[in-house]
Amino acid sequence: MPADAKQARTAKEPLFHIAKRDHIAWWKAWLIRVSAIVLALVFSGIISYLLTKENPLSIYATMFDGAFGTERRIWNLSQSLAMLLCVSVAVTPAFKMRFWNIGAEGQVLVGGLATAACMILIGDKLPSWLLLLVMVIASIAAGALWAVIPAFFRANWQTNETLFTLMMNYIAIQLVSFFVYKWSVPKGSGQVGLINRSTKVGWLPKIGDQEYLLNILIVLAITLIMFIYLKYSKHGYEISVVGESENTARYIGIPVKKVIIRTMLISGAVCGIAGFLLVSGTDHTISRDTAGGRGFTAIMVSWLAKFNPIFMVLTSFLLVFLDKGASQVSTKFGLNKSFSDIITGIIIFFIIGCEFFIQYRVQFREKEGKTK
Amino acid sequence: MSEPTVTEKPEKPEIPAIRLEHITKRFGEVVANDDVNLTVYHGQILSILGENGSGKTTLMNMISGIYFPDHGKIYVDGQEVVIRSPKDAFQCKIGMIHQHFKLVDIFTATENIVLGLNEKGRFSLRRAAERVREISAKYGFELDPNKKIYEMSVSEKQTVEIIKVLYRGADILILDEPTAVLTPQETQKLFAVLRNMRDSGKAIIIITHKLHEVLSLSDQVTVLCKGKNAGTVQTAETNEEQLTEMMVGRKVTLNIDRSEPVNPVDRLMVQGISCKNREGTELLHDISFTARSGEILGIAGIAGSGQRELLEAIAGLQHVDGQILYHNPKTDQIDDLRDKTPVQIRELGVRLSFVPEDRLGMGLVGNMDIVDNVMLRSYRKGKSIFLERKAPKSLAEKIIRDLEVVTPSAATPVRRLSGGNVQKVLVGREIAASPTVLMAAYPVRGLDINASFTIYHLLNEQKEHGTAVIFVGEDLDVLLELSDRIMVISSGRIAGIVDARTATKEQIGLMMTKNTKVQTQEGGAADAG
Amino acid sequence: MMLVSFLQRAIMQGIPLLYGSTGEIVTEKSGNLNLGIPGIMYVGGIGGVIGAFLYEQHTDSLNPVLAVLIPLFCSMLGSFLMGLIYSFLTVTLRANQNVTGLALTTFGVGIGNFFGGSLAKLAGSDIPSINLTKTSKYFRTSFSGAKDLGWFGQIFLSHSFLAYAAILIAIITSFVLSHTRVGLQLRAVGENPATADAAGIRVGRYKYFATCIGSVIAGLGGLYYVMDYANGVWSNDGFGDRGWLAIALVIFAVWRPNISIFGSILFGGLYIVHMYIQNLDVSGQELFKMLPYVVTILFLIVISMRRKKEAQPPAHLGLPYFREER
Repeated sequence: MPADAKQARTAKEPLFHIAKRDHIAWWKAWLIRVSAIVLALVFSGIISYLLTKENPLSIYATMFDGAFGTERRIWNLSQSLAMLLCVSVAVTPAFKMRFWNIGAEGQVLVGGLATAACMILIGDKLPSWLLLLVMVIASIAAGALWAVIPAFFRANWQTNETLFTLMMNYIAIQLVSFFVYKWSVPKGSGQVGLINRSTKVGWLPKIGDQEYLLNILIVLAITLIMFIYLKYSKHGYEISVVGESENTARYIGIPVKKVIIRTMLISGAVCGIAGFLLVSGTDHTISRDTAGGRGFTAIMVSWLAKFNPIFMVLTSFLLVFLDKGASQVSTKFGLNKSFSDIITGIIIFFIIGCEFFIQYRVQFREKEGKTK
Repeated sequence: MSEPTVTEKPEKPEIPAIRLEHITKRFGEVVANDDVNLTVYHGQILSILGENGSGKTTLMNMISGIYFPDHGKIYVDGQEVVIRSPKDAFQCKIGMIHQHFKLVDIFTATENIVLGLNEKGRFSLRRAAERVREISAKYGFELDPNKKIYEMSVSEKQTVEIIKVLYRGADILILDEPTAVLTPQETQKLFAVLRNMRDSGKAIIIITHKLHEVLSLSDQVTVLCKGKNAGTVQTAETNEEQLTEMMVGRKVTLNIDRSEPVNPVDRLMVQGISCKNREGTELLHDISFTARSGEILGIAGIAGSGQRELLEAIAGLQHVDGQILYHNPKTDQIDDLRDKTPVQIRELGVRLSFVPEDRLGMGLVGNMDIVDNVMLRSYRKGKSIFLERKAPKSLAEKIIRDLEVVTPSAATPVRRLSGGNVQKVLVGREIAASPTVLMAAYPVRGLDINASFTIYHLLNEQKEHGTAVIFVGEDLDVLLELSDRIMVISSGRIAGIVDARTATKEQIGLMMTKNTKVQTQEGGAADAG
Repeated sequence: MMLVSFLQRAIMQGIPLLYGSTGEIVTEKSGNLNLGIPGIMYVGGIGGVIGAFLYEQHTDSLNPVLAVLIPLFCSMLGSFLMGLIYSFLTVTLRANQNVTGLALTTFGVGIGNFFGGSLAKLAGSDIPSINLTKTSKYFRTSFSGAKDLGWFGQIFLSHSFLAYAAILIAIITSFVLSHTRVGLQLRAVGENPATADAAGIRVGRYKYFATCIGSVIAGLGGLYYVMDYANGVWSNDGFGDRGWLAIALVIFAVWRPNISIFGSILFGGLYIVHMYIQNLDVSGQELFKMLPYVVTILFLIVISMRRKKEAQPPAHLGLPYFREER
């Protein structure tokens, strides 16, 4: 027994102690985030250098060029930004409620599918304004349906929503594949091609000669509306309460199940709109790659922006910039285009890693005696 | 000093299993234990008796390695030891059974028992189960080693926790309120087992605030009162009255103002409500009482006697049988609130406010600021789909001003406020709705004197406005000075309703343990046999 | 004879899924929901490709043992590092598991496709595409007598060593999880880390080990895919959605690797069944490909409705654990 006691007395204290921060000044938090991004860029520069043996500065210049080099590139960047932003905004209400909707990819796809179906099947039967309206409604309904199925089971039986929504993505992908083969032009090619190429029926109209301007404006409007919805509406308030504490929600009389289902309907509906914009306003075709992984990237965008739709403009800009820039690097130096995925991955690792230093304080072991 | 008990082990009775000398522990400003001494011998059961918050659990946590004392020494078998972690405690052969079980639900009893152990030799659950059976047989437990935890009753889970400690070779067992969750029959079984363990030479410490258990089980009693030793007596030489007196301490005069109720009207009539938990244990049994306007009804009782369920049933958060009738002063109608949701209750025009025990987990949202928290009750008002933050903002500012909430601003998340200020925000919000019924569960728990008095004052103010106030408290001195009537509940039943102006602390203390007295007699019989 | 070839191919399809799901089960048992598994499997595949490519470039006469060991080692190293990134971010830096996992998948798929597309150029070689048939031959060495044993041989004995290793690993994992001290403690970590911590189990360490070992196992699935299934030919995005299918299989197997063995064959079969149905056009085939996911969802719904405790995901899956917040 005395030996044990001695051992206990000399037991080493851990090298450092981690404590949750009560509060951090906003500028400190941003300083940490910005330094993480800078660090990540330096790190990516080193990797690019190792792969290309180019001067890192010229790599950064190439990235910048790839994103902003020409007017066309700026428009492309804005368009990609808008699409990513739209999906990010869509998943946000669910996340605020702590509902892990990682099924945005599928919800976007079925939205796009519904849009394409309208264009192909009833494109020549309706006046174009009515057709567009029907397309919007169909895409919203499809996206909302895809989202509400897992929500229903989660609300009633606590079915794990992360896994459920994930699986729904692949059902959507196969569903799209099915129709793509059905509608393929020419038959059996496995590609739909530009839908209504000659008539442009069901194509989102251009504003002036800017093909993407309307898309961008719609997404900006959605972002703003979502910001207001989450921050200033009663629904948004209920979402926050349910997300923070279901116990409090019950105490105050908020119907938790109803809020879960309603919120997922909204989340899916906006995903559906994103699908509409991609098919009607951007690609004018449908394929299993229409969503292009945005459903997954959006989760990171939303999370990095702390679920604030306005900040999401910044975070999705960051990711789109990296994507475009890194693609340019890969084109210029003859690398594979997946180079941008690697860079994106690295940046995200740095940013999610740095959140730790915002949330927690690391205290290193002090000298003996001082600890007491 | 030790009583002569038959021990199997050749222990020298003069060396105590555990001796605590001058133990002091502070948490911030609060002194949880102040210069406490305690001794327990092998082959002895020691009860530690005290009210809620008298420092019993803190003291035991220092022996089991959860806390480290600020001052004082711990001796095990006569040797001074330093216990910094539960592991150290195990090395000293000390095992503690906490109130909240730490078990993996989908594991069997045996798997839980061997979890974390690094026994020599091949890992064999069958062999471990065999040892579990041996231990069960030796002390008279009834446990199927292969039963899953989620299939078990609370008492079986407790058995697993006890065997877990014995399996690790503990000679000194500490049980924290082991009977709080048990039925009378289960309690008798547990006591029989504990007696067997005592007879085989274990030292047992049992934390409790039930007098009859102390008398029927233990050999010696150490009483704590407000963190200090109130005395140690041999069980054989004491009685309930003496223990109660030691436990509740001398009456402290707090000087809380108390006005006479002005024409009280029956506001809330609770009639025969009962409810059970998921395991089928009765939490409330046939509770009937009336809360009157302009009056404070105090509810006294040991923690976990059904207070929470009672208040939640009235607030529409808990299903019960019986009737909860509300007399609406505006319409003069009488409505039954039973099984209505909080929203339905509000729609009936019932202005019911509820300050729950769990402030940040239920009453407030920690990550939201004061304005948004104040808005919880009122955000639905109006037809607009948008929130109206102006009124809540001025209300928040009014609460901050009137109740002297210390906060950087109304936009500060409430989780960053101190406990007293959190409570002021919560109470402030609840009384802002000018309720006709106000229920408050332990509203001053963890608050300093000044903040406590602010709360008492607010409750009194509500009473003067004609609100029917229901106040669940733990400090009998406060209950006696603040309430008009006190309802004492014990194990989910009403033990009596007394006039707070004439009742004494001892009287209430005895009532708090009244209903379970039946067991004591049974226990006595079992003991004799 | 069609049934025989169907079963044989179903098994071949199932093996990468089996690796992936066994790896993910080990990881999830520690409470980590690693959605980076698809990326990890890409890295496991490309790791082997890089190793084999460099070795083939280095020498003309391949040593059979080295030709297997070098890609194997590179593959395991790659997926181990991926597991390490995930553990460091989620356990040490307490980052959100879903976000980390998805980022890891983006990163891993990127690495796979990047090196798959640029490896030859980076190495300064003039080969147009990576074709590792020589190495693949060693990987595909199977029991020589299988052909003589008729249908039995073709279904059960015609596979390569990595296929049998997958089954062996699944069986061993199953045994370790349910019959050993380490397995018990690992499950406790995933179910109730606070209890495990109180029992003296090093929660963080278990999570690290389980995640890294799980990643290495999953990565082997990628290696099997390139070296056996694809005959050593890397094609970008060729691995497809098999990583997600592996995660689906975890649910279907109710977190038990031994069930996963049969589940993987079933999923593999469902994945290719459309090729064996007569008169099915291409679009119909696509519908059939959603079968494994539909089955998984139905399964998920059923187990959540039945609330059978043993069939639930580990209780603390996806949630972070910090001692101070006990």
